[in-house]
Amino acid sequence: MDRSAQTFLDGNAAAGELRDIFVLELSTATTQCASCGKIAAFAEARVYGMEPGLIARCSGCENPLMRVVKSSGRVWLDLRGLQFLEVPTSSV
Amino acid sequence: MGLISRGFTSKRDTTETKLPPGQYLTKDFPVLSAGPTPRVSLDTWAFSIANEAGESKQWDWKSFRALPSEEFTVDIHCVTRWSKFDTAWEGVSLDTLLQDVKTSAGFALAHSYGDYTTNVPLADLRDGKAWIVFKYAGKELAPEHGGPARLLIPHLYLWKSAKWVRGISLMTSDKPGFWESLGYNNYGDPWREQRYWGDV
Amino acid sequence: MAGTAVLGRRLSWLVGTVTEVHDETPAARTIVFDVPDWPGHVAGQHVDVRLTAPDGYSAVRSYSIANAPTANRVEITVVRIDDGEVSPYLTQTVAQGDQLELRGPIGGWFVWRPAQTEPVQLIAGGSGIVPLMAMIRTRALAQSNAPFRLLYSVRNPESVLYAAELRECSRDVSITFAYTRTVPDGWPTPPGRIDAAAVAAHTWPANAAPQCYVCGPTPFVESAADLLRAAGQEPGSIKTERFGPTGG
Ligand SMILES: Cc1cc2nc3c(=O)[nH]c(=O)nc-3n(C[C@H](O)[C@H](O)[C@H](O)COP(=O)(O)OP(=O)(O)OC[C@H]3O[C@@H](n4cnc5c(N)ncnc54)[C@H](O)[C@@H]3O)c2cc1C
Ligand SMILES: [Zn+2]
Repeated sequence: MDRSAQTFLDGNAAAGELRDIFVLELSTATTQCASCGKIAAFAEARVYGMEPGLIARCSGCENPLMRVVKSSGRVWLDLRGLQFLEVPTSSV
Repeated sequence: MGLISRGFTSKRDTTETKLPPGQYLTKDFPVLSAGPTPRVSLDTWAFSIANEAGESKQWDWKSFRALPSEEFTVDIHCVTRWSKFDTAWEGVSLDTLLQDVKTSAGFALAHSYGDYTTNVPLADLRDGKAWIVFKYAGKELAPEHGGPARLLIPHLYLWKSAKWVRGISLMTSDKPGFWESLGYNNYGDPWREQRYWGDV
Repeated sequence: MAGTAVLGRRLSWLVGTVTEVHDETPAARTIVFDVPDWPGHVAGQHVDVRLTAPDGYSAVRSYSIANAPTANRVEITVVRIDDGEVSPYLTQTVAQGDQLELRGPIGGWFVWRPAQTEPVQLIAGGSGIVPLMAMIRTRALAQSNAPFRLLYSVRNPESVLYAAELRECSRDVSITFAYTRTVPDGWPTPPGRIDAAAVAAHTWPANAAPQCYVCGPTPFVESAADLLRAAGQEPGSIKTERFGPTGG
């Protein structure tokens, strides 16, 4: 089973949508994949879908790092695929 | 509502009366997937059905294609709001595949190559309502549309029609699939607009 | 609370007034917005544009910011996809004085900052030139000496975006065009996709340790990033921005 180039986008492309939920800019956040341990910028994740379900997969092993489902009025979030998420904050 | 953009109108055709609520009609066949497209070779392809006792029946490509198949034309509805009318498929009815499977299970979970799963009541796979399809519009089903073979349950939103299907587990209790576990409706009837948890 | 970190701000939809539109090619248009509350941006970032129809229907698409940071000014360049919903509107209907909703700037990873001094390799496919042009413009505005190279893959000479401006800055930035369908008269090589030979001939060698930025349609980005890795570039030095599903 080989994987070919697909219709995914970079983590960057989802950053606008995710700002609605996290308030933080996530593209520079560091992620660790809970499955293979790869540490990478969220921008390097592979984003599939968008509407209503968005899924960001590890660029190393395709494990889902983050799943987000949006409906009007509710958002569901699954972060089980992340060992950690380190988000840069700038201080005043 | 946002600021109206002068001269902007949707190109979406929502006037067709055969459309379920909230859908628009498309002539294209948009590709939507939750992950990379698996390339499954026919030499290694297999499809199995396991009952609640763990007994399973398996088909390789050759034995699967030797089963009687049906050609049929149906409308399909995607939760991303497009619907496509009169799509022509060829596939093996789940009635055929379930024929010799001993079960009193009420629920089914379809598994795909890759990590996708989706759940349906077993009754929705029976009585000519569901197929494992391998041809679309007269041609072998393309990988981006779920080839070599996908589940097709046209009376439910299309996320239930698992692409690259490789098996179905029959269960006595329900188990939500990939999207059903995160907000998507457990049943997904487009005519009742069951998109999300709580839509009845 | 003293020393409280700024955890970000909710991105709200800002109203941009179109102050100028001009066609870059028959299929591409630059739109200049005046955005009163624009917080400023970094080269490589994008905005989301939201269009709303009278019946309430709305569509959101992302567009890279084309201009170097300038107060309250946001420029985007949109290449029309004929059967698209938003790009035909932006390239054909929008006129000076119109108001559209934008949110941004978005993204902080696919960016170039003037503080960077290492060599930079830009690789663009089609409309993927837009955020890279913002980098070239920012470099000029900041009078940076960072050595820049651009490899720009485009269908034919007529589809080159910012052609005159790129000619201008070619004294400063090494620019190579790769034509995929039609080449100009007298061009030394036949049309074709960027391959290993083009990467070897026209991009920084791995020992120059460049920061690479690759932008364009998804399949283009995939193949260009593979070629850079095959040429020995550090995977961690290759930043990508995928614009969408298909095309080239
Ligand atoms: C981070 C980011 C930055 C972007 N920056 C720019 C930019 O600076 N300039 C620019 O012109 N575009 C840019 N895009 C692409 C843009 O967001 C839209 O996808 C594009 O304008 C098409 O929108 P549409 O509504 O016209 O087409 P749609 O109605 O969405 O799609 C119509 C058809 O075109 C196909 N399609 C959609 N998008 C693309 C694409 N990008 N390439 C090829 N086929 C496509 C669809 O599959 C569909 O078949 C960017 C995308 C991202 C994610
Ligand atoms: Zn991983």
